[in-house]
Amino acid sequence: MDAVLLARIQFAMTIGFHFLFPPLSIGLGWMICMSEYFGRKNKDYKVIGYFFGKVLGLIFAVGVATGIVMEFQFGTNWSEYSKFVGDIFGAPLAAEGIFAFFLESTFLGLYIFGRNKVSPGVHRFSSLMVAVGATISAFWIIVANSWQQTPAGFIIQNNRAELTDFWAAVFNPSTMVRFLHTVDAALISGAFLWAGISAYMILKNKQVEIAKVALKFAVIFGLVTSILQVFPFGHEHGRQLARTQPEKFAAIMGLYTSQTAAPMAIFAFPTDMPPDLKAKIEIPGLLSWMALGDVNARIKGINEFPRENIPPLFLTFVSYHNMVILGMYFIFILALSAYKIYKKTLFENKKLLKILFWSIPLPLAACQLGWIATEVGRQPWIVYHLLRTKDAVSVSVGAGEILFSIFLFGAIYILLFSVLFVLLKKKVNKGFDLLSEERI
Amino acid sequence: MDLNIIWFLLVGVLIIGYSVLDGFDLGVGIIHLFTKDENEKRVNLNAIGPVWDGNEVWLLTGGGALFAAFPIVYATVFSGFYLAFVLLLTALIFRAVSFEFRKYSEVRNKKYWDFTFGVGSLLPALLYGVAIGNILRGLPIDAKGAYLGTFLGLLNPYAIVVGLVSLTMFLLHGAIYLTLKSDGKQKEKMIKVANNAWIAFVVLYLLATLLTFFFGHYLFASVFGNPIFWILLVLLFASIIYIPIGLKTGKTGYTFTASSLTIALMILLMALSLFPRLVPSSIDLNYSLTIYNASSTPRTLLTMLIIALIGVPIVVGYTIWMYRIFRGKVVFDKDSYS
Repeated sequence: MDAVLLARIQFAMTIGFHFLFPPLSIGLGWMICMSEYFGRKNKDYKVIGYFFGKVLGLIFAVGVATGIVMEFQFGTNWSEYSKFVGDIFGAPLAAEGIFAFFLESTFLGLYIFGRNKVSPGVHRFSSLMVAVGATISAFWIIVANSWQQTPAGFIIQNNRAELTDFWAAVFNPSTMVRFLHTVDAALISGAFLWAGISAYMILKNKQVEIAKVALKFAVIFGLVTSILQVFPFGHEHGRQLARTQPEKFAAIMGLYTSQTAAPMAIFAFPTDMPPDLKAKIEIPGLLSWMALGDVNARIKGINEFPRENIPPLFLTFVSYHNMVILGMYFIFILALSAYKIYKKTLFENKKLLKILFWSIPLPLAACQLGWIATEVGRQPWIVYHLLRTKDAVSVSVGAGEILFSIFLFGAIYILLFSVLFVLLKKKVNKGFDLLSEERI
Repeated sequence: MDLNIIWFLLVGVLIIGYSVLDGFDLGVGIIHLFTKDENEKRVNLNAIGPVWDGNEVWLLTGGGALFAAFPIVYATVFSGFYLAFVLLLTALIFRAVSFEFRKYSEVRNKKYWDFTFGVGSLLPALLYGVAIGNILRGLPIDAKGAYLGTFLGLLNPYAIVVGLVSLTMFLLHGAIYLTLKSDGKQKEKMIKVANNAWIAFVVLYLLATLLTFFFGHYLFASVFGNPIFWILLVLLFASIIYIPIGLKTGKTGYTFTASSLTIALMILLMALSLFPRLVPSSIDLNYSLTIYNASSTPRTLLTMLIIALIGVPIVVGYTIWMYRIFRGKVVFDKDSYS
């Protein structure tokens, strides 16, 4: 088998699996921090924060374990890439370690084990540092990845990209909008895990009064973040894409021929060769308006780009559109839940509680789909318009070696996921841990 | 002093930070593999529980810094050591999940996570030295900087001896750390383990040094005339010799400082003899990757230096604070690892 394809499969697998956990850590991190601060007034929040702190501990452990692979994989599997971008790409990874990961891990240790060793104020502060650390971590990773999407602040010299302007590289055209979009996705993921677990506890009749408080909080937190995700974050990301990566924009939107007053495809089944959308439902002019603020604007379709530069069409279209559908679903289900809270009927509505429970994995699926759309949409480039993916792999690593590591990591990840699932289930079934007076 | 030399030193600082801090975590893990008593096991886990993850970040940051400062080394060594890295990552993955997974597992399943914690610590402790041994002896790197070696080639006798040096060194360091954290019978045992590990470490270190004369003769080419070399060497001897004395007189804090210094000084001596090479070539020393031909541009090195100057003092500050909060013997509470 082709070593490039295998290296890509391995990267997709290891990053995809890893990317289940950081969003939950960021989302839970902020919600735990908020609970700790709410807990000064309302003791229930203390119990809730304490419980989800333990859940975070478990999830964080798997996030750390799978994150180690990511730090080294550029060197092991993508050595030509590493040589080409090292002058720029290494700095954000190192900055992540120094500014973020130390903070998050050190203070998570204090948060989980230091409850009886420091004052309540310092303990609350530790939860804030966990959330801040996780978020800064996301920032530097998005900086690195955004530079691959919209490189800036460099010149090509000595067969590599050399840094000319650090801040231009850090705040390249897509960094901030992608950072906000990604972090908000993380917050939504946390909200759904929180809401789903709380709904489950109500269904199973475990400390129902506390679970109600937790569920209310998660529904409101999730609703606000879900709405923000569509507007402004998702919208702004789309506009940035149309400006800076028109091939990717055309691919994910399914615009295969250039047109004025370009329509937005709401639903369709894309086919390849020649590219076409079957069974489509469209809203005329919406895409032009979204991208350029003018319903009659002309947008470049896939036909205007050289064949060797266009990304896979089916996968990008389908991932992007399913992500959007999920995003709409999140707003709908949380708005409905919020309305039922207002009507004081949510906690008796078994059906809706069950739906909330089964929705736990959906934001994570949306994260994966978004990530696939953005990364596959960048193909065939590993660094947009600078370096092709096929020229980036390690020359000294054979296909057999990669195949071996794919099977090994694959097996380990299946094992880790199963154990995590069983242990989380056990933890949830035990219910909230009622804290004794002196611990509150 | 130019930026390349500064970064050579800073990468050294990160390696020392990792080795001193995560070194005792690895040592505790190795000891855990042979711990029978459940209460002692819990002491092992909780002795490093709140801090091990922060310690491991030194490794991740070191990886990132190497990527940023010397990308050619990062790319060549990591892809060259592919299968060794896969093995190392497997060990580190299992170690990372062991603590939490053990805590929430049924009693009958805890033994599996004891095993992954132990082996997940033992393997990195060994591979650490194997990697260093291979670098000291030189890697088959050709004129274009391409790596020509194989996985089995990494498992040569010299590298394995150096691997055993790091294994015993971390075991010693971990045992001494546990004398600070445990009491009574367990502390007595740890003093015994530390004394035995010390003997094994000294013998292996001498053997490795002797072998280095044959396998890495070039390393001694310029050091003997350098006063820094002699100063470091004297300090290293003093630290090593103090360890059994400190153990005997019960000065556990000083003993731990001595074993930390031992690790730091060994790395400094190695760095001094490698300088300015980062990865010597065994084909021809002129093909070696050095701090000049494998580095990033001065602009990136300067940017990274500023990042380090801002970030590292903050990290060191709250790390010291954290160790002060969790200082003293392990006392279990509701949140402890079980």
